[in-house]
Amino acid sequence: MNPAMTPVRRLLFWTLVAVLLLWVLLPIWLVAMGAFGGRAAVFQWPKSLLPASLSFDHMAAFLAVEGVANAFLNSVIAAAVTVVLSVALGAPAGYALARYAFRGADAFKLLVLLTRAFPLAILALPLAVGFIRIGLYDSPFGVALMHTVLALPFAVLVTQSLFMGIPRELEEAAWVFGCSPVQAFFRVVMPLALPGLAATAIFAFVISWNEVFAASVLTVRERTLTAYLLAVLSESPLHTRFAGGLLLILPSVLFVFAVRKWLFTVWGISGR
Amino acid sequence: MADILIDRVAKSFGAARALAEVSLQVADGEFVALLGPSGCGKTTLLRIVAGLETASGGRVVIGGRDVGALPPRARGIAMVFQNYAVFPHMTVADNIGFGLRMQKRPVEEVARQVGRAAEMLRISHLLDRWPARLSGGQRQRVAVARALAVQPAVLLMDEPLSNLDALLRLEMRADLKAVLREAGTTTLYVTHDQTEAMGLADRIAVMHGGVIEQIGAPGAIYARPATRFVGGFLGSPPMNFLLCSASGGRAAIGDFALAAPQDGAVMLGLRAEDAVPVGAAEGIPFDVRVVEPMGAHLLLTGAVGDQPLRAIAPPDAAIAPGARIGLRPDPARLSWFDPETGRRLEAA
Ligand SMILES: Nc1ncnc2c1ncn2[C@@H]1O[C@H](COP(=O)(O)OP(=O)(O)OP(=O)(O)O)[C@@H](O)[C@H]1O
Ligand SMILES: [Mg+2]
Repeated sequence: MNPAMTPVRRLLFWTLVAVLLLWVLLPIWLVAMGAFGGRAAVFQWPKSLLPASLSFDHMAAFLAVEGVANAFLNSVIAAAVTVVLSVALGAPAGYALARYAFRGADAFKLLVLLTRAFPLAILALPLAVGFIRIGLYDSPFGVALMHTVLALPFAVLVTQSLFMGIPRELEEAAWVFGCSPVQAFFRVVMPLALPGLAATAIFAFVISWNEVFAASVLTVRERTLTAYLLAVLSESPLHTRFAGGLLLILPSVLFVFAVRKWLFTVWGISGR
Repeated sequence: MADILIDRVAKSFGAARALAEVSLQVADGEFVALLGPSGCGKTTLLRIVAGLETASGGRVVIGGRDVGALPPRARGIAMVFQNYAVFPHMTVADNIGFGLRMQKRPVEEVARQVGRAAEMLRISHLLDRWPARLSGGQRQRVAVARALAVQPAVLLMDEPLSNLDALLRLEMRADLKAVLREAGTTTLYVTHDQTEAMGLADRIAVMHGGVIEQIGAPGAIYARPATRFVGGFLGSPPMNFLLCSASGGRAAIGDFALAAPQDGAVMLGLRAEDAVPVGAAEGIPFDVRVVEPMGAHLLLTGAVGDQPLRAIAPPDAAIAPGARIGLRPDPARLSWFDPETGRRLEAA
């Protein structure tokens, strides 16, 4: 923060920080209270902001329910594969679009975006049939493929502008001073692209983690957590729903925390 | 060894022609400056030699090897980029040592070379800094140090001192010249600053509109420009050009006559310092409009007839604006050009 701030500006600054924090954290806090606050707290009104009693019973009970752990694992697998595939396929495409002028570049970009123009329902049902044929049906990898399709347009377009923002001369300097193009990419372009790549990864993760329709259509027993909860929660008691809700929120938050170091890398300004 | 042969290299960007069949030879250990106005193709030529741009025609031979098919890293070169291209995610020390580390040199040697290069460029105190925290001139010196640190056989520099203040530039110029001479580095040096080119280079190649107009030693180019453009580009104040008509081997300017290389319309190229101010009765009649004291001399701006001209006079000369004086040119130091083609005319 700028040390030269006047007291009024300082007050404004911290108020804004507080509002933003509340905006994000309050719902999570309330869900957590519902999940851990004991049976009485769930129905209590008005809500108290501090837990009257702390109990892990609901959570434990919820986790012990048949299929929850497996669904959680499936979600993690699907999200992880989606992140890896989106970055591994999207970044090279974005790089090609940013660095090379080739015939059909615009058409290619349009095509990438067009995948988002089809409603999921239209894509998911034929895909289910196709997946059954090739044996990908009812597996987190099949779901991950579908989610990769959803995340890829974003990955391509974001990494394209990302790579366009990295001066070509930096790469050329690396070539002159002894790098092959691949070495130059990993030694110079990648480190500079890290914040954008982290953002791309977060987005792919969140898309996969939250997506429920395709996941429901493409699986039966090997549900992802969202698909599982959608099917189960409507018949569950309220505190179990809170436990499920918290379990849905937490991994995204943890993932963002894990990559935040790269998200905010600005070389020489905030250090590493 | 590492001589450079540039053989009829041409380059077009789409319909736009950046280089038209440029040929240039740089001997081993020689320092050649590419001098020319903005947009004349200097950077393009340098990038073709470096292998960062593919020529539309011609070939580049470095040290006896045709490097046309070689990537930049295999050409035995180092380069200073016009916009520095300092890696923002590495400290100054890591930037300078980058080339050496890519060559897998021992750690101690890298450290030693980095220290040497940094010292020469006066940036030893900045070694731990990140480039984001450097001024433009400091960043530029990091780029130069990075190129010097690898001790290349061939060094390509694109306006490496353009962003330094006048005093520092003068110092760097001298240091650079000494270091490169000692190391015997073959250097191709791009600049649009003529004093820099004159001071540094063994030979200067003056470029204009994608062609090399003249190649030669600084003194020779200055004294005997091959084209009107070269004459006008080198020297400060720039060479004066007076259009006159000659008959019987003599060109008349007012009442004054000079031996001319050909009859008909000719253009006299006259440097300010090659004409001595004398009384109004002799020499070329010159109407002084403005007198600027420059310290070492007076800069006179005015006209001969209706053609503009700049001349210099000793600092203590009593010349008032509005006066008419005479200029007596040194016949041995005149240049004559064909007014149509702009080419130099040699005395028959
Ligand atoms: N990538 C490119 N695409 C199209 N035209 C280009 C490209 N690079 C350079 N040119 C053109 O080629 C010509 C020569 O450019 P170049 O960069 O070599 O000039 P320069 O002599 O280095 O000028 P300066 O002193 O301003 O750096 C210019 O007219 C420029 O517009
Ligand atoms: Mg240039």
